[in-house]
Amino acid sequence: MSTINHPTPPLRLAMPELLVGIGLLACAGAVAWQTLAIPVSPLYSKVGPTVFPYLTMVGLVVLSLLLILAAFRGGWQPEEEKETPTDWKAMGFVVIGLLANLLLIRPLGFTAASVIMFVLVCYGFGSKHTLRDALTGLVLALAAYFGFARALGVNIGAGFIENQLNTVIDAIAGAFGA
Amino acid sequence: MNTLEQLAHGFAVAFTPVNLLWCLLGTTLGTAIGVLPGLGPALTIALLLPITYQVAPEASFILFAGIYYGAMYGGSTTSILLNTPGESATIVTALEGNKMARSGRGGAALATSAIGSFVAGTLGTLGVAFLAPVVVKFALAFGPAEYFSLMVLAFITVSAVLGSSSVRGLTSLFAGFVIGMIGVDLQTGQPRFTFGTTELLDGVDVIIAAVGLFAVGETLYMASRRYAGKDEIVPLKGSLYMTAAEWGRSWKAWLRGAAIGFPIGAMPAGGAEIPTFLSYAVEKKLSNHKEEFGTVGAIEGVAGPEAANNASAAGVLVPMLTLGLPTSATAAIMLSAFQSYGINPGPLLLTTQANLVWGLIASLFIANIILVILNLPLIGLWVRLLKIPAPQLYAGILVFATVGTYGISQSPIDLVILYLLGAAGFLMRRFDFPTAPVIIGMILGPLAETQFRRAMTISNGDWSVFYKHPLSLTLLTLAFIGLVGPHIWSFIEHRRRRGPEHVPGDA
Repeated sequence: MSTINHPTPPLRLAMPELLVGIGLLACAGAVAWQTLAIPVSPLYSKVGPTVFPYLTMVGLVVLSLLLILAAFRGGWQPEEEKETPTDWKAMGFVVIGLLANLLLIRPLGFTAASVIMFVLVCYGFGSKHTLRDALTGLVLALAAYFGFARALGVNIGAGFIENQLNTVIDAIAGAFGA
Repeated sequence: MNTLEQLAHGFAVAFTPVNLLWCLLGTTLGTAIGVLPGLGPALTIALLLPITYQVAPEASFILFAGIYYGAMYGGSTTSILLNTPGESATIVTALEGNKMARSGRGGAALATSAIGSFVAGTLGTLGVAFLAPVVVKFALAFGPAEYFSLMVLAFITVSAVLGSSSVRGLTSLFAGFVIGMIGVDLQTGQPRFTFGTTELLDGVDVIIAAVGLFAVGETLYMASRRYAGKDEIVPLKGSLYMTAAEWGRSWKAWLRGAAIGFPIGAMPAGGAEIPTFLSYAVEKKLSNHKEEFGTVGAIEGVAGPEAANNASAAGVLVPMLTLGLPTSATAAIMLSAFQSYGINPGPLLLTTQANLVWGLIASLFIANIILVILNLPLIGLWVRLLKIPAPQLYAGILVFATVGTYGISQSPIDLVILYLLGAAGFLMRRFDFPTAPVIIGMILGPLAETQFRRAMTISNGDWSVFYKHPLSLTLLTLAFIGLVGPHIWSFIEHRRRRGPEHVPGDA
């Protein structure tokens, strides 16, 4: 229940945990900066919009100091977590996939961007069947577009693939209607 | 009193063909996402939140409740056959269940967990039906100060008492507060934490937060951990029928599990981890087959925790429906669904939305029956779902994450926020910060702030309202004990024995 999970004697500074603590302290700083930027009207001086932000900021500062203290005492990561090396290559491909999706979803539309992301993420996770993944991704993206988004009434925009299919669907519907 | 009458009325609502279909859809979907590692009920319900613009509240809550219960059933299948808990609440099930599967008794483990879930889920739902009106009577006496103190207590229990570290739990909670405060302050109209952008004026949608933390963060984490050992699916051997001896060992464990799970779930503390661990400890202590624990797998060790898990899942609905107090990430997202309908869960909900509440409770009984059928005779179907390879599974999760997020306003900015939260979710997962308190803090934080300001306005700015009202003082004292108590306890334990145990826990 306490942060001191390693009572083993050599209490060394744990660098990753220290960075987490410092990062959180920086976040607390950003909260402070944004809290000071909240304009306070004198009408609401009693419990204005800044009381909770200040409380939250103080809480975050105290918590990040406690985390930094824990880092100096050897950190809190479980042993097995430290022993498993991070697979940077796999993560890298997932991140590239996400960024590709972000950049391409406007110009290419949801389906095309999703297929590209799907292939990159699968590759990152170690799949070697890129072509099969592309087809799976296409089927899934279309299912998501026509099933999920349409059923929920969510509009996720249309790219060239969706437009082509919508034209086809309208044509078929028109043929049946006539 | 007239609970039975109300319940009968609820069944009339739940038994309409359309609502039965929603229930079937929810339970099926819930079982599927419970079985699939990496997907949980909180994420699924978040992705389905736009449905609240399309259908009546009864329909969407029957759907959501089906997903919620279904995930509990499905999660145990994964725990037993794969040893990777499908849900955090089924960690304990993996301990004995997977051992049983490895020694060829997987069928019995699945049967006792499904039937135990049914027994406990039904008892728990009965508990909701009879306890909710009682809690409402108490809750009507609550003023803003009491509500605020109750929320403080809930904040402490969900973040500091559960999980492995109170500092990390509270950090998650406070991060949730910050996310929740982003946007225009509803009482004064001032923008907060928007960094001067117009995109953030409406705040961060709960869909984006849940999808970022649970889907994107989880995918990044799984990608980074590819070198970690992989678990093998244990092929399902043996019949699904339990022997008389297994029945005899199970039924008491079910009842004990339900008795442990429901009260803990119903307290404004929530969380399914604590009752499952407690039930496991109790069963281990009472068992006549102690030698089976941790070796070939003891059936009590599956039956008890599974029952506790489902009963506490039902219990969580009590504070949610009567006080508007969500104590799990899933309940928090359901609360935002209420908000999306303009309904305020609270003591008045049972009278103003009687159709909705009692229809929901009745549908939970139906859901339990559907679920035991889905999870026993049709178990082979779900086992097949476990064979979806990880690359396609996680890539698919990201596709649905995009639909859910980009669909909100077709703004790439939303995707940027999603990925930033995903990166935060990855770091939290990597450094053992619980993610559920973020969602709870984000939803409940603004509500707590409203109650706080209301109390201060009524008292004319006098802080003493929070400790002069006896009920409020009691709640705050309990919160303080919850925060400090475990530390004092572990300090004493530390003196006696070295090293507190590391309890696993996540969203």
